This record gives sequence, structure tokens and C-alpha cells, in this order.
Amino acid sequence: MASYTYTPVPDTGAKAGVLAYLVVSAVVLLLMMVFGLLMRLEQAQITSIGGLWFYKIMTLHGAGMVGIVALAGAAIMWHFLRLYVDLSNGIFMANLALFLIGVVMILASVLLGDFHAAWTFLFPLPGNSMGLWSTGAAALFMGGLLVIGVGFVLLHLDIARAIIVRYGGLGRGLGWPQLFGHDDGNAPPPTVVASTMVTIVNLVGLVVGASILVMMLVNLYVPSFEIDPLLAKGMIYFFGHVFINAVIYMAVIAVYEILPRYTQRPWKSNKVFLASWTASTIMVMFIFPHHLLMDYAYPKWFLIVGHIIGYLNTFPILIVTGYGAMMIVYRSGIRWDMCSRLLFVSLFGWAVGAMPAFIDGTITVNYVMHNTLWVPGHFHTYLLLGMVAMVFGFMYYLGKPNENAKDSPIDVAAFWAFVIGTMGFTMSFLYSGKISVPRRYAEHLPEWVPYDRLASYFVMLLLAAVLVFIFRFFSRLGFAGRDYQRASQARSLAAT
Amino acid sequence: MQETAWQVSLVLMSLIAFGVVYVAINSGKREEDYGPLVKSAYGFRTKLFWAVALLFFPAMIYNLVGLPLPYSESRADSKLGPAQVINVIGHMWYWEMDRDQVEVGQPVEIRITSADVNHGFGIYDTDLRLVAQAQAMPHYTNVIYHTFKKEGIYKVLCMEYCGVAHHNMMTEIKVGKS
Repeated sequence: MASYTYTPVPDTGAKAGVLAYLVVSAVVLLLMMVFGLLMRLEQAQITSIGGLWFYKIMTLHGAGMVGIVALAGAAIMWHFLRLYVDLSNGIFMANLALFLIGVVMILASVLLGDFHAAWTFLFPLPGNSMGLWSTGAAALFMGGLLVIGVGFVLLHLDIARAIIVRYGGLGRGLGWPQLFGHDDGNAPPPTVVASTMVTIVNLVGLVVGASILVMMLVNLYVPSFEIDPLLAKGMIYFFGHVFINAVIYMAVIAVYEILPRYTQRPWKSNKVFLASWTASTIMVMFIFPHHLLMDYAYPKWFLIVGHIIGYLNTFPILIVTGYGAMMIVYRSGIRWDMCSRLLFVSLFGWAVGAMPAFIDGTITVNYVMHNTLWVPGHFHTYLLLGMVAMVFGFMYYLGKPNENAKDSPIDVAAFWAFVIGTMGFTMSFLYSGKISVPRRYAEHLPEWVPYDRLASYFVMLLLAAVLVFIFRFFSRLGFAGRDYQRASQARSLAAT
Repeated sequence: MQETAWQVSLVLMSLIAFGVVYVAINSGKREEDYGPLVKSAYGFRTKLFWAVALLFFPAMIYNLVGLPLPYSESRADSKLGPAQVINVIGHMWYWEMDRDQVEVGQPVEIRITSADVNHGFGIYDTDLRLVAQAQAMPHYTNVIYHTFKKEGIYKVLCMEYCGVAHHNMMTEIKVGKS
């Protein structure tokens, strides 16, 4: 039996590029959360900004959130992956530059050009504005997404190159020799396995996303270049689903790397771990049909595949990563601080959000609950209390002044405000889905408004918590770049 | 269906919450020897895997047993007579329907398409509960079969974001006796 000793690795400070990613992420995340609050306040009839501004803000919120969590996730992945492989700092920064250029284009399109076809930009809506926005505004939005996508393609190509150079191939990066052959204990560490998976699926997803964007851009100016709307929708959801799932898989690297430091217990790439990541690599590319279960024009087998994989995809998350985190924390003597708390709760948020997600993937449920607030209910749970909690945990980790530093009561209060605020807000979404409230409505019927009001208060609570998180990170930027021990050792070890 | 989905979700979410709280409560005191702990945890994980598999797989199969899919023709009870057909075209931002009155208890065939962008055709019963939906997509016709069980005025709402008046894109289907 393998021994389960943990070999401590010195905590490395973040490179300037990682900090730049995180600062941009914090600012944009906060802004997008404020946009989210504005939408809830509008539905709650507390404000009256009107449909045009609601949908403009909704478009920015959707595109902005997808983009910014990807940026934050990339920062986590890059920070830890560079401990194992040789990554290009230049390409990392080029991705940030392209991201910012894309953001400016999208902001201009929406704020100046009034574009509001949602982040899903379903064909042919961007070209059919009923005179509310110009072709140029639509092109600017889609061009912005394309520029951001190009940046991520460059980043992933560099990661693929680095993994291939170090490990001899992407299959080896996923630990296939150990998975399919004799497990010699030399499988790549979890960070490399996760990064390989993310790189494979995102490169495929981004190429498909870029293809439909280019096709739609051509169609905007040459309408005789026709696009099949069903194909366009399939490509957009394929890209969108892969990309947003990959974001969580990037951020979970923080859990793989940091929790073992706190508990002095290793996170091993054993066969079950490797099998789950290989399974996820395949399944994440076939799960998107649950967004298309009401497009009966698709072949039935295709929709059934979506149903089945929707169910199966829940397994690796729950049984391997969630359970693995519980294992290394259970009776570990872990010292709870803001970092370990946030990373631990992120696994809860991820797993608990996956439940209504796979319920929605059930065809009979999907038939009466998809396109209701049930859908934002589940993805806000695993993105906000899962992925975003991982990001804030990583920020607290980088900024922790020393391994014995105590958290202030304000931070601890902010942690609970974040958990309660998020759960209250997402449960109100889920409950609204249960009572059939449609998604993406600027105005709600009177019967639905009480839940919008309740949600607004919870959003305010979590926004207050996020302000504390971000303020703390900014005030500790000076620490974040230095190399020193951050993670508090388990109690009994610290005492010896 | 919504009630069931909500309750099943709550049970599953509570189980996860229970597990997480249990671990958090038992995290303070360190068990130095991780080897035996790992062995028993892996053993429990295997049991958990099979328990979950035995729960999920029958549930998954059960939900597929209705095949052909719930919105397919088999759901329309042909013994009750020929389907009443409603042809629907979605426009920015209104619904065009060739009939808006149907008989209660008789199967209805609803053929849905769009003249411009993607819309979603969602039927709400008199309690404002969504009972059926399909995408309204240009160049394609999605068909749903539905038998209205109660008389009354059913609302039709747009379920796919389609622009600035998406939330106002509503119409009605009157369900009554012949």
C-alpha cells in the first residue's frame, strides 16, 4: 500500500501577471455583481430602469461573468501549473491584453451601440434588432468575444505545448499510462491532470465558438451567406457550456493545491482520480444537449445522450473531487481561516449546485422547468458559491500575511454573509423556477415579485461580503507576490 | 413535476449539506495516521458509488421509459379522437396562432415555428404553472402534443430571450367544452 506522507512545497508568491489577472477579475466581478443586483431590483419593482437598460445590463452581466470567471480561473491554473511546467509569461500577458481589448469592444457595443442580444447571441437575433442596434454594434460585440477567445486559444496552446514538452503528450498529461496500465505512482499531479483536461476541452470549445462567431459576422454583412439556426444554437451552447464548465475545472486547482498544504495530506492522482478526469474530458463535451431538449428537430438519440451524460457527469464531481476534499479535511486538525473556509465551502457550493442541474437534465423535468429561473438558480449556486468562492479563497491565500495570522471578525462575518447571501439568493431563483417564473424577463408578474424582493436583499448581503473580500485582497497585494509560508499547518503538527 | 423536482433537489442538497457539516465538525482533531483512514474512506467511497449508481441509474432509465419523448405523439391519446391542430408562428414580439380555442380533454397538436428569431412557446395553466414548452425556431417546426385537462384561459409566454419586448410577448389559449 502506498504511503500517504505529504511533502511540503514552499508557497510561491504570485507573479505580477497573476496579480494583474486577479485585480482585473476582482473589479469586473464586482461590477458584474452590481449589474446582477440591478436586474433583481428591477424585477422586484424597486427600480424602474426599463426593458432596454435591463437587457443591456443582462447582456453585459452574462458575457462579463463568463469572461471574468474564465480570467480568474486562468490565473489560478497558471499560478500553480507553472510550478510543474515551463509556461510563457508573454503569452499569459497577451491573453490579458486581448481580454481587455475584447471587454472594451463589448462595453462599447452595449453601452454606446445599445446591443442587447444576450451573451447567447442566438442566431439570427444579433442581425434582427428591429432597429434597436446597428449591424456595427452587433459586429463589435461578436468581434469582442472573438478577440477574447483568441487570447484564450493562445493561452491554451501554450499550456498544451508546455505539458507536451514536460510529460510527452496530452494523454500522458491526463495520466493515461497509469490509468490504463500499471499505476507506478508517477502520474502527473492533479494540477497537471486538470490543466490538461481544461486545455483539451477548451481548445475544442473555443474553435467551435470562434467558428460560429465568424460565420455570424460574415452573415451580418453578407446575408446571402446563410446559417442554419439550429446548427448555430448547437455550436453556441457547445462552446458556452464547455467554456463555463472548464472555468470551474481551472479554479478547482486551488483546492487541489492549497487544502493539502493546510491538512498536510496529499491529493493523489490515483486511478480513480485519473479515470474521473478522463471521463469528464469526454463528458463535458457531450453534456450541452440538455439545453436543446426542446428543439425537437434534433434527432432523439442526440437528446437522449444529453440526458444520460447529464446524469453521469455528476459522478466525477461528487465521488472524486467533493469526496476527496472531505477525506483530506476529515480529522485533519485543519486550522480554519478565510482561505481554507472558502475553499472548503466551494466544494459544497459546487456539489450542491450540481443537484438541481442534473435534475434539470432529466427530460421530463426539463420540459416544464428549462428556461425558467431554475436554470440560473443552479448555475449561480455552483459558480458563485463554488467557482467564485475558490477565487476568493485563492486571493486570501495569496494575501495571508503569515501562516499564523488571524482573520478579523469582519472577514469571518463576511464569509458567513457570503454563504447565506448566496444560498438565499440562489434558492429564491430555484423556488421561482419551481413556480415557473421564466428567465430573462425585465418585468415580472405581480405573483413573482415577492421572491425577487427577497432575492434582492440576499444579493445585497453577498455584495457586502464581496466588498470585504476584495478590499482585503487589494490591501494585501504587497504580500501576494512574495515567497513565504501561508497555509496554516494542522493543529497537532504546528504544536510539535 | 415541478413539485417533485423541487423536493428531490432539496433532499439531495440537504444530504450534501449534512455530509459537509459532518466533516467540518470532525475536522478539528487530527488523526495522525492517514493510511488506515484513507483505506476506510476509499472503502466507504466504493459503497457510496454503488449506492448512488443504484439510485441514479434506475432513475435515469425510469425517466427515459416515457420514450418516445414526453412531448411525442404517443402522449396524445389517439382514442379520444383526432388532434386539434394549432399552427403557431413567433414574431418579434407577438404570437400568431391560427386558432386560440380548443376543447378540454381532447389532444391538441401544436406546431411551432418562428418568422424571425428564436422564441420559446411556453403554455401556462390557470394557476400560472408551466405545463408544456417548445422552442420556436426559424426554418424548423417543433411539435408538441398536449391535452388540456382543465377548462380556462391558459397563458402563452415567450421562453427564449428575443429582444427588448421579450417579457411582453404573451397570448392566450381558451380551453372549453365543445
